[in-house]
Amino acid sequence: MDLLNFARGPALQWSLAILVFGLAWRLTGILLLKAKPDFSEPRASGGFGGAMKMIMSRMWPKPEFVRGSVLDLALGYVFHIGLFLIVFFFLPHILFIKSLTGLSWPNLPNGIIFFIGAVSVAALFALLLQRIMTPVKRLLSNFDDYFSWFITTAAIITGLLAAAHVGARYETLLAIHILTVEALFIWLPFGKLMHTFTVFLSRGATGAAFARKGAAI
Amino acid sequence: MSTADVNVAHPLETEGTIHRLKKPAVRADRQGDMPDAQRVDIAMKNFVKDFGRTSAIYMESCIHCGMCAQACHFYAATEDPRLTPIWKLEPFKQAYKREAGPFALFYKIFGFKKPVTVPELEEWQELLYDTCTMCGRCTMACPMGIDIASLVSQARHAMFHAGLVPHELHAVAVRAETEGSPLGATPKVFKDRVEWLADDNDVEIPMDKAKAKVICAMSSIEIMKYPESIVATARILNHLKLDWTFRSDGYEATNFGLLSGNLQWQKDMSMKLINAAIATGAELLILPECGHAYGAMRWQGANLYGKELPFKVRHISEFLGENVKNGKLKLKPMGKSVTFHDPCQVSRRGGATQAPRDVLSGLGVQLREMSSEGGMNWCCGGGGGVVTIHRADATRYKSFQIKMKQVEDTGAEMLVSSCSNCRLTFDDSQAHFHWDKKLHSLLELVADNLIEA
Repeated sequence: MDLLNFARGPALQWSLAILVFGLAWRLTGILLLKAKPDFSEPRASGGFGGAMKMIMSRMWPKPEFVRGSVLDLALGYVFHIGLFLIVFFFLPHILFIKSLTGLSWPNLPNGIIFFIGAVSVAALFALLLQRIMTPVKRLLSNFDDYFSWFITTAAIITGLLAAAHVGARYETLLAIHILTVEALFIWLPFGKLMHTFTVFLSRGATGAAFARKGAAI
Repeated sequence: MSTADVNVAHPLETEGTIHRLKKPAVRADRQGDMPDAQRVDIAMKNFVKDFGRTSAIYMESCIHCGMCAQACHFYAATEDPRLTPIWKLEPFKQAYKREAGPFALFYKIFGFKKPVTVPELEEWQELLYDTCTMCGRCTMACPMGIDIASLVSQARHAMFHAGLVPHELHAVAVRAETEGSPLGATPKVFKDRVEWLADDNDVEIPMDKAKAKVICAMSSIEIMKYPESIVATARILNHLKLDWTFRSDGYEATNFGLLSGNLQWQKDMSMKLINAAIATGAELLILPECGHAYGAMRWQGANLYGKELPFKVRHISEFLGENVKNGKLKLKPMGKSVTFHDPCQVSRRGGATQAPRDVLSGLGVQLREMSSEGGMNWCCGGGGGVVTIHRADATRYKSFQIKMKQVEDTGAEMLVSSCSNCRLTFDDSQAHFHWDKKLHSLLELVADNLIEA
């Protein structure tokens, strides 16, 4: 079995299995814990509405915090949106998703995808620099932060190289790209990339509790 | 240490208002005598003891973005990265991942997270007590919506039981549990004061009525330092012709069980008020101008009681706001410009942000809001028990300068708030900085401006 077949075959199956099992394990590990009942007299209804309110409101910081977060916001949004567009609007990705689910949608032209990819990588490198150079971020950072950065950036760079056919045989480049993404799948449930899911839980939990108290959201 | 080293280990600080030794970098207090391993074990058990789903979600969600730093007055004043709010939880995040999280087994087997040590917890004593008021402004900045203040409260549970609380806070908590008041306002002192205040001010202050529709609580800061609050409360409730009382078996609203981190003591202190209110058959418990007392009883009281409370709980500013709005309280217009300092636990974390503004509107003042107001207000720096801790003074004063600028920028003639702990912090800082702004009590302004029918 050559590298590409390995990447498309057993490696894909195993990485997806670990992704699904890891997600299920971590999420149930959290969600099966007991939720403490709140007997206090509510000021307003909290629940789903409060959760949704905070999930939406924290997409952007309060005016007081915008100035201090400009770089985080700009770079963060650029690479998150970039990643989203690359993953879901690059033709080979759509074909891959179609092969798994049968669903498909229109793609973005390759030239635009390359541009988005390059900008996203630039944003990720700027974020890495910022993480290393800002005393607060440097103090907070651990292996999880740097490895999650590495695997995300590597996935985009290997994808760009494969799509541009630069540096090695196309099949080898493609295999390396797929294996990198599979490494990301495997890592996702264990590290901070899990915020893809927990962001809704943590914002939702605080939103529901705070809305009930009529507290600031 | 040889005597020659003294200038290196403890340099003199000659800037500022007092000349003294520079604050030692590490100075942790310990209570009790137990082996280090036992301290850590007890700390971690008590950290996860009350750990529900929400706390676990928070522990799993931090992305280490550091955006909470800019929200914290202690960080903003010092730019010390250690004061980044979420960093204050670091040993507990470490312990959670190693001992309690969904992948704890992996972390333990492969040694991904080291066990927490007593020296680490001692270092974190300063971060969890001296430099955190649990004001929750960081919660407002967190893009993941993590309520960092609630996690600090849980970390304090761990620190208390491991005997790692700053002595000042521990001592007042012990007093509160054993004597009924952290500052010596024992039932006898309280009764004597009320009697003396009633005589001196020619006002009727009902005490220990067997039955009443309304029961009032006071904070020991008011009883001991601002007794005019007791008189003001009586004047207003008498003016409204309410059937009310103080009770000597349940009057202390402060809760140093909560602030120091002893959940059982927190419950004991809350239950005194709850039992007194039930015994009186009260429909309403009015909490005084005290921030954490509001959080402790309004939002946590019923949960410690284990079921819904058979009476309503309101902060005095909510009570006043309601009675101004329904026209029962008519007030003389003051005709001044006023800025209002929102107590964090009442406003940001308690939701009673509009009520004091309704009262101020009733007082006919021109309200000049601060640049960051309401739920986003900067903390005075003295909450969460910080004002009791001597070694925290220098950082607290530094952070208070943010508040001073906020107030000055409004250009308002008068500064008002509705928390006696904030008032204490303002008074102390006002003296420290020789500042010309005095913080006035909203309650007392109302009492001073009642229009008698």
